[in-house]
This record gives sequence, structure tokens and C-alpha cells, in this order.
Amino acid sequence: MLEVRDLHVQIASRRGLVRAVDGVSFEVIRGDALGIVGESGSGKSMTLRAILGVLPAEARITAGQVLLDGQDLVPLRQSDLNRIRGPKISMIFQEPMSALNPVMRVGSQIAEGPMVHLGIGRAKAAGRALELMRRVGIPDPERRFRAYPHEFSGGMRQRVMIAIALSCDPEIILCDEPTTALDVTIQDQILRLLAKLCRESGVSLVFVTHDLPVVAQVCQQLAVMYGGKLVESGPVREVLHDPRHPYTLGLVRSAPDFDNVRESLVPIPGSPPSLVTPPDGCRFHPRCKFAEEDCLVTEPPLRQLPGGRATACLHYERCIESVEAERSAQ
Amino acid sequence: MTAAADGGPLLTAAGLSVTFGVGSSIAARLRHEERVLRAVDGVDLEIRRGEALALVGESGSGKSTLARALTGLVPLDKGEIRFDGRVLPGRRKRADQRRIQMVFQDPYSSLNPRLTVGGMLTELLRVHHVVPRNEVKSFSRELLGLVGLDDEALAAYPRQFSGGQRQRVAIARALALRPDILVADEPVSALDVSVQATILNLLRDLRAELGLTLMLISHNLAVVRHLCDRVAVMYLGRIIEVAPTETLFSDPQHPYTQGLLAAIPKMTPAIDDGGPAIAGDPPSPLRIPAGCRFRTRCPIAQERCAREDPALLVSAGDAAHSAACHFAFSAAGATAGPAGAGPAGAGPAGAGPAGAGPAGAGPAGSAAAGAAG
Repeated sequence: MLEVRDLHVQIASRRGLVRAVDGVSFEVIRGDALGIVGESGSGKSMTLRAILGVLPAEARITAGQVLLDGQDLVPLRQSDLNRIRGPKISMIFQEPMSALNPVMRVGSQIAEGPMVHLGIGRAKAAGRALELMRRVGIPDPERRFRAYPHEFSGGMRQRVMIAIALSCDPEIILCDEPTTALDVTIQDQILRLLAKLCRESGVSLVFVTHDLPVVAQVCQQLAVMYGGKLVESGPVREVLHDPRHPYTLGLVRSAPDFDNVRESLVPIPGSPPSLVTPPDGCRFHPRCKFAEEDCLVTEPPLRQLPGGRATACLHYERCIESVEAERSAQ
Repeated sequence: MTAAADGGPLLTAAGLSVTFGVGSSIAARLRHEERVLRAVDGVDLEIRRGEALALVGESGSGKSTLARALTGLVPLDKGEIRFDGRVLPGRRKRADQRRIQMVFQDPYSSLNPRLTVGGMLTELLRVHHVVPRNEVKSFSRELLGLVGLDDEALAAYPRQFSGGQRQRVAIARALALRPDILVADEPVSALDVSVQATILNLLRDLRAELGLTLMLISHNLAVVRHLCDRVAVMYLGRIIEVAPTETLFSDPQHPYTQGLLAAIPKMTPAIDDGGPAIAGDPPSPLRIPAGCRFRTRCPIAQERCAREDPALLVSAGDAAHSAACHFAFSAAGATAGPAGAGPAGAGPAGAGPAGAGPAGAGPAGSAAAGAAG
């Protein structure tokens, strides 16, 4: 339904041209949830923003296509994009307080989308907003309808964001770290809500986060980004338990897992690459313990593997061996 | 996991309260609201020599304020802090300040941008007379070596470092005064995942190497499980459960702890479509509920919980485990019990929606708690 093809986003900066997203391709099937995971600077948020055409002023899409039901969104003007935003694609941001209008009543903010995009009358839109507030679990919606965002807690504000995102019945909701600013019990509530909406209304999610376990709660598919490129993708469970890229393996081993207490965490040495002058060959090779000579010169393509998986590692068999060695050691 | 604490209490806090005045008194009177925010509201806590104690809780639970109070960075409203058997005065002497040092969450704002790392350490070592003047330089190098930085770092400014390296500098700075207790307030939450592990491993190694007592404040229970011997759970300014790490994770007694554990995203999520682990939002610390402060979100709350504020009581079966719930340790024996799943009373809030059921556990719980009280 949504297909991103060979997307390139570049940002002009004082240090030079930053290649924030450098040839990313993926697709999202109807009703599916795709998680995009990566560290800060991996290009995950830029990818998300490029889909909806809400990039910062210095950034632009230099190549690639964003196909929604076959239509390319990249060449569209803002006025045309406005017809897509809302009824087709909507977005949930990390910080609801800065995404909501502080001087507009919450109910009106939820009702605004349907009035503008779907041409629904004020009274009918208000009824729809109440219904949405109920659906996202805001208690006492009749009273809360007239409240302002500052009267809401962080979790309730994020519910308002979700109600706004749902208000025009979109096909896809893009989520940019929607629970990072929330406490763990509130995060649990929001993740359950998103998973339920996805299940019940058939809306697709693209879910960007740096937190691997969070993806495991909500998504069926996982894509891992590193240095502006997609390095691995596949079904969530398989990717997390049997990584086929050394970076994914490194992420899994460096994060303390609640269920699996390791004696020692294994950090990934070094730091993320510069996106102005990325390393030659594989971008991960300076930090990769499996790197061989060809990794220094050959830029690995994203190769398809059986089981709907893909990896951009020339020597991904080493990951399989490493995981098996660890399992047998336990 | 790590060597057990080898002794008696190094630091004891009794009846600790910290309050902040909020807003103007007139506005408060008009709105009939209490004007004080009780960030820490009657905390008793013990830190044993050589242990790693974790303080967990949600934002607003008062964990950072408690840490700052123990470090002497915010004045106490009530209560006293004993260090090595001696009561610490409200205004600490320099020699006392040295004993407890803190590492802050954000290494981007906690280091002076105008000082080189060497300058920072030199100033500190001279003011506190840690080592003779002619040894300042060599001791600084030693400190950097301890946290895994090169000598070159001495001449560098904080901006020249990555987040992980800055946090190393912050740790070196805290260790410079040879403290007995290192208080680390969310030391990795501002760092990228791949870097977090290096700092966590460093803290663990430093403990083993220097015999440091560590107090770790974190909202991430996976981090806590990795690093700490004992865990104290805070909710709305109060400690509601304390236990050795593995006991807390395998046999949590307080409904809040149970919910907190169930709410953690797991790499392999359990398939359940039940409701959230804990419903609702935490109340504002300006309006702490009467009786048990968790009752507004508690799945097993009863009439009694609105009347009586539960004290933090030690389990009859396990002296290291205490909880502040009327229905905790209800199967009397606490950790023992052939059921394996823990005492029946632990069920209701429990992880799964198909727990023992509040109906069954409730009456049994109150009976047992009555006997215990």
C-alpha cells in the first residue's frame, strides 16, 4: 500500500551536505505495523518526515519515490499534499505538548481535521470528536472536550494526538517515538491502544523508535537503520532473535533485556559514522567485529533472504554462527 | 549477581521529607489547594556498605529529589540522615560533602563548558585537598584511566567529547573526591543504546575495583536488574517496596510493583490482549490521596485502603523484603509456599489478566494482613 523506493534526503549544513537518508526502500502492507529502529542520526525520523513531506527547511528529497496506492507523493505541491494528510496519512509526534495547539480546546482540535478535510459540519464533527475521545480511552470526554492541552497529563495528551491522527480515517499513521517521553506504565497503555487500533480498524502503522522491546510490542515487521541506510528487515520476532546483520546483533546484545540477564553487556565499540563523509564500503565496518577486507571497499546491497527477510551484510553467516555459539554456550 | 553487601548501614535516612513551595499563596487559597508539593514524603531508607541499591519509580515519584536530599543538594524539611552512625547537619562540612558524590543524567549540561577536563579536576582536587599539590596531575591521569579515557582528555573541553565520553568525565569528576557513595541519577538515559552498555559496564567494574557503594536511580528496570543488588520502589514520594533484586522481580508484593513489572516492554512479548498493567495516571504530588497513595490506580483497593495509610512493613518470612500494602505477604510465609507462583495475594494485580482474581485473594489478604499488623 505504501512503498518507499530508493529515498534520498540531504540536509545542507555548515559542515557540508549531510546525507541523512541514503537510498532507503521498504513497503508497508495494509493493516501491518512496521517498526523502524535506529540510533539518533540514523535517519529514521527523516525517513518518516519525508513520507509526509514535513521535512525541516534545510532538508530536501533529492531522489526516490514515496508511492501511496501507486501515486508518487514526492513531486506533489503542498496544496495537493494537504489532501493526502489527514484522510490518507497522519502522524503522531514524540512531544504532544509541542504538537498540540496550546490555546485551542482539545475537542476543537480533534474536530478540526474532519471539518477541513472531509467537509463535515461543526456539530457533526464535534460528535465525531467525542466518539474518538471515547475510543482512545479519554475518561469523561464530555467534560474533557472543552479543556486545553495544558490541563492534560502526558499520557492523555498523547491520546489526544492519537484521536487527531484517527479523526479522518487515515490508511496509515506515522508514529515518531510516540512513547519515548512517557513513563513505563503510561507507555504500556499507549502501546496497547495503538496495537488495538491497528488490529480493529485495519489502519497501518509506521513506528519509529530507538527502543527494540517497544517495537516487539506493537509491530509485525522491523527495519533497522544505520547511517542513513536500511541494514536489515524482516518479521520482528525473527530479526530480534536471529539477527542477520552485525549492527542488529550489537543492538540486541548491548541493551539490557529484562527477561535475559547477561553477565556482561556487550557494547558496540566506536561511534556512529559521519553522514557528511561516510566511510567507504559498508558504513558499519569501522565498528564491526566481523569486518573483512571486502567490507572496506564494497558497499553491500540489501539482499533478500528466505522468510521475508533482508540484510545488507556481506558476511551475515557470521551472525548466524555467533548467535548459535551463544545459544549452545548457555 | 554481584558480591553481597558486606556490612551494616553506611547511610540511614529516617522520616525524610522534602517539600517545595509552589505558586503564589493567594492563588492557592482561592483554589483551596495545598501550596506545598511533597516530593519526598516520609522515607526511611538504608544504604549498606558496598551494595548497589536501585531507586526506581515513575517521573514525579520523588526519586531524584530523594537522591539530591541524600547528597545534600536540597534541604530537608523533616527527618535526619545518618552517615557512618553520625547525623549529618543540614549544612554539610566540606569533608562530609566529599563522602557522597553524584553523577547527573545529562552530561551535556552537567559539565562546565568553559573548563577543560584537567581544569575541572584540578580545581576540585585543590579545593578539597584530596592529594598534595604536586600529585594533582598524576592523580587526574589516574582518574581518567579508571573511567577509560586517555591522558589527552585532560586538555580537552567537554564539547569535544561524545555523550558517552562526557558521562565518563562526569564519573571521573565524582570519583575524584574518593567518595564512599556514588549516586548516579539516570546515568544512561540520555545516551544512545549502543553507548549505554559501556557506561553500565564501567559502573559495574568500578564497584568491583573500588568497593564503591552505588545508588542508581533509574526508570529502566532492565538496567536495574543488570547492575543492582537491592531495589527500592518509589511512588508519590514514598518508598512502597524494598527487596533484593531477584526477589523483587520474581515475587513482587506491592500491586504497583507488579504493574510496573508487567508494563515493561519485553523482547518476546507475551500474547495477551488484556487491559493495561496499571490504568490511569499517577495523581499530582500536590494532591496525594488520603490513606494508601496508590489506591486510585490499584486493582485490589478496598475500603480500608482509603482510611489507613499502610506502613512499610517487613515480611515475616524474609527480613530483607518489605512492602507498604495492607495485602502484601498475605500467605504469611512470603517467599516459601509450594505453589511456586508466590503467595496467592500476589495474584490479583499480577502480570496476566487471568490472575488469581481479586475476589479470592481479597478476603484472604485482609485476614493475613490483619494478623501481621
